[in-house]
Amino acid sequence: MTASPVPTAMAPMLEIDGLDAWYGEAQILFGLSLTVGRGEAVALVGRNGAGKSTTLKAIIGLARRRARRLALRGADIAALPTHAIARLGVGYVPEDRRIFTELTVAENLDLGRRTGASDAAPRGPRWSVEEVVALFPNLGGMLDRPGGQMSGGEQQMLSVARALMGDPALLLLDEPSEGVAPIVVEQMIDALLRLKASGLSLLISEQNSALCEAICERAYLIEQGELRWQGAMDGLAAASETAGIFGKI
Amino acid sequence: MSLDSLLFQAVNGLASASGLFLVAAGLSVIFGVTRIVNMAHGSFYMLGLYIAVTLAPLLGEHLGGAAGFWGGIAGATLAVALLGAAVERVLLRRLYNAPELYQLLATFALLLIINDAALFLWGPEDILGPRAPGLSGSVELLGRRLPQYDVFLALIGPVVLVGLHLLLTRTRFGRLIRAATQDREMVAALGINEALLFTAVFALGAGIAGFGGALQMAREPASLSLDLSVLGEAFVVVVVGGMGSIKGAYLAAVLVAEVKALCTALGVIEIAGYTFNMSWLTLVAEFLVMAVVLVLRPHGLFGRALAATKAGEAEPPLLPLDRRGRALVLAAILLFAAMPLIGMFFRYAPVLALDMVIAALFAASLHFVMGPGGMASFGHAAYFGLGAYGTAFAATQLGLSTPLAFATGIGTAAAGAALFGWFCVRLEGVYFTMLTLAFAQIVWSIVYQWEDVTGGSNGLFGVWPDWPFDSRAGLYLAALAVALGGLALLRRIVFAPFGLALRAGRDSRLRAEASGIPVARVRWLSFALAGTLCGAAGGLFAFAKGSISPEAISVGRSIDGLVMVLLGGVQSLMGPLLGAGAFTLLQDTVMRETDYWRALLGLVILVLVLLFPFGIAGGLRRVARLRRAGGAR
Repeated sequence: MTASPVPTAMAPMLEIDGLDAWYGEAQILFGLSLTVGRGEAVALVGRNGAGKSTTLKAIIGLARRRARRLALRGADIAALPTHAIARLGVGYVPEDRRIFTELTVAENLDLGRRTGASDAAPRGPRWSVEEVVALFPNLGGMLDRPGGQMSGGEQQMLSVARALMGDPALLLLDEPSEGVAPIVVEQMIDALLRLKASGLSLLISEQNSALCEAICERAYLIEQGELRWQGAMDGLAAASETAGIFGKI
Repeated sequence: MSLDSLLFQAVNGLASASGLFLVAAGLSVIFGVTRIVNMAHGSFYMLGLYIAVTLAPLLGEHLGGAAGFWGGIAGATLAVALLGAAVERVLLRRLYNAPELYQLLATFALLLIINDAALFLWGPEDILGPRAPGLSGSVELLGRRLPQYDVFLALIGPVVLVGLHLLLTRTRFGRLIRAATQDREMVAALGINEALLFTAVFALGAGIAGFGGALQMAREPASLSLDLSVLGEAFVVVVVGGMGSIKGAYLAAVLVAEVKALCTALGVIEIAGYTFNMSWLTLVAEFLVMAVVLVLRPHGLFGRALAATKAGEAEPPLLPLDRRGRALVLAAILLFAAMPLIGMFFRYAPVLALDMVIAALFAASLHFVMGPGGMASFGHAAYFGLGAYGTAFAATQLGLSTPLAFATGIGTAAAGAALFGWFCVRLEGVYFTMLTLAFAQIVWSIVYQWEDVTGGSNGLFGVWPDWPFDSRAGLYLAALAVALGGLALLRRIVFAPFGLALRAGRDSRLRAEASGIPVARVRWLSFALAGTLCGAAGGLFAFAKGSISPEAISVGRSIDGLVMVLLGGVQSLMGPLLGAGAFTLLQDTVMRETDYWRALLGLVILVLVLLFPFGIAGGLRRVARLRRAGGAR
């Protein structure tokens, strides 16, 4: 790696400017810009198909993208492959959880762990299996269970826990409350608040306003791949009402 | 038959099963992670054996026999694993996002190149290896002496099975393999270097196959035909066991090998006064096992339906030719019809033209299943061969007249295509491809070994047509008429409702079925039709050459067809015809000049796949489009 990305002390955790991204041949994002500060929790809000998931995939390098600036702690990551971005301290919790169903919970967690060369790379707070189990006590009783035999909520917890095992500094969460029981949403909110308190930066794509309101300071509202509004969390309700999104029915 | 001869054959069967299992297991592991069916996997087995028989005596000189033997096996395994890693880095890496067919063809090109490299390095003669020191004796079991080495090999299979199982479940590398088999992207998102993992997996799979080959050192000579024969058997094993299941691969290998061994052990038996030579059944044993398993479990013993394979690029619709195109086709037909006259000035022209006409019919029939049908067959040679042998047998042994013999050949091909096709169309994607190749291997081995009917390795001679086809011009014009009729029929069908249904089934099986199209039946009929026309090409071939031999219907013929289609371009009806013409010209001129034509063909394939994925027709279309665009400006 030439021009090795040297993290800058003062740069924000994530800076995106002018991000275009594609899904296959179709362009999904058009010139999106957003910033996540260190230790900040930011909500990415929008309707189904607005481009929330694609934004997160573009950051981690799973969607084809082009950007004026795509930087992590001031270091350019636009040209890096997915695994290299992850090793710079980005944890990705995908929308459909993507648990390895053939592997047990313990094995899923183990795959998230850093090894060898990646040990030296920049990282956030360190996590062990005991610590992620302390965060999500439900997982403790099922370490030997195959991932395919867990409920949706349990898979969601495992997906977050697995991402934590890589000691991320920035966590990308794609609809962490989608399709899980209200009680699990409560647990997820608690866990995410604790993560935030420990200094992690969070970028959360959500349709559930309760989760965002509980955790995030700021929000970005996107529609059809373009930024519509940004501001403090308490202004979101008014903004999304005019846009007809996020409505409490 | 006695109990002890049965036991003897059973141990023998287990010993063969081990070798087969090692190849199939490597194939399975590689496919699981990379989604590439490695056609060159039999080549790794073959190379393992060649390297072992070379290395063992060399090492033996310095270290003594035993160290030489086992060191040879270890060295061969390592060398093949390293070669696998190199192949992944240089070639496969460029193919992960290519369409399935191109991956298959590129790895097949590798098979051709490795085969010629082995020919260059080791020469055409089989090479015998040393016997295993300390295991060259025999053990007594129930009063029967069993070769120690066979017993050893029989044990190796389960040992490797357990070893692989431990590797996959107990190590992080193994967990990575299992995780990547399910979701490669997520593995990368967890910070794991996919590229490195793929290289390691490929090296592992290649190494296992190389190990399997090296172990055969004390049992069979290294020979250049091993790559394909082992590949065909491994495909059967993988299809029977279920793609991606190591356990399934072992069980299937044992099943196939034991059924074969049983047939050999039974020998000649008498039922109701008739004598049957059961050992003959070994030729079709694989087919029978596979047929039974696939009818009961379409995804093999332990297999599961493949999660929707990568949706390919959307196929552009086929368009009828415009006026200028039609004029060109008419001119080409007139040119070919006038070939006997041209032959008065250029004596070689009609010979070449006849080859081209036959190749065009062959390639067009393959294109019909591949292009509009979306089914990449690697076994089209089977129907060519059935047509050719059916015709030749009827003309020489039965003494039928030329038209009747030709019809017999076509009928044989139609029956074969209908039978094999019934199994094949139940499968999708690479499973389909593997099964077509396996069937073609079976046809080939039957032809090769059924001497009474097929003349064995010599083939059938003296297949000359009678009047009015006994003159060069008569045969040529008749062949041209048959080929044009076949091509017109195929073209008609592609644009008929049946052809639309076929294309709909290719583009989206589910949506087509939901609109009331019986996709499986449409595919089956089109497969049978393509096989029938391919049989006609085979029959013409037999008359044109006056003879037919197993070599002419080997898997190489299937690959020639694929290269013709790709050379011309899959996405056009004219593609296979242009490709057939160009390929025949290339074959009759350049390839005749060298002993290493396989490697040359392999290089042509690689260039095609990596640089010109749309073939001649695609290139011509692009030129036309550019010119139009230039004119409009």
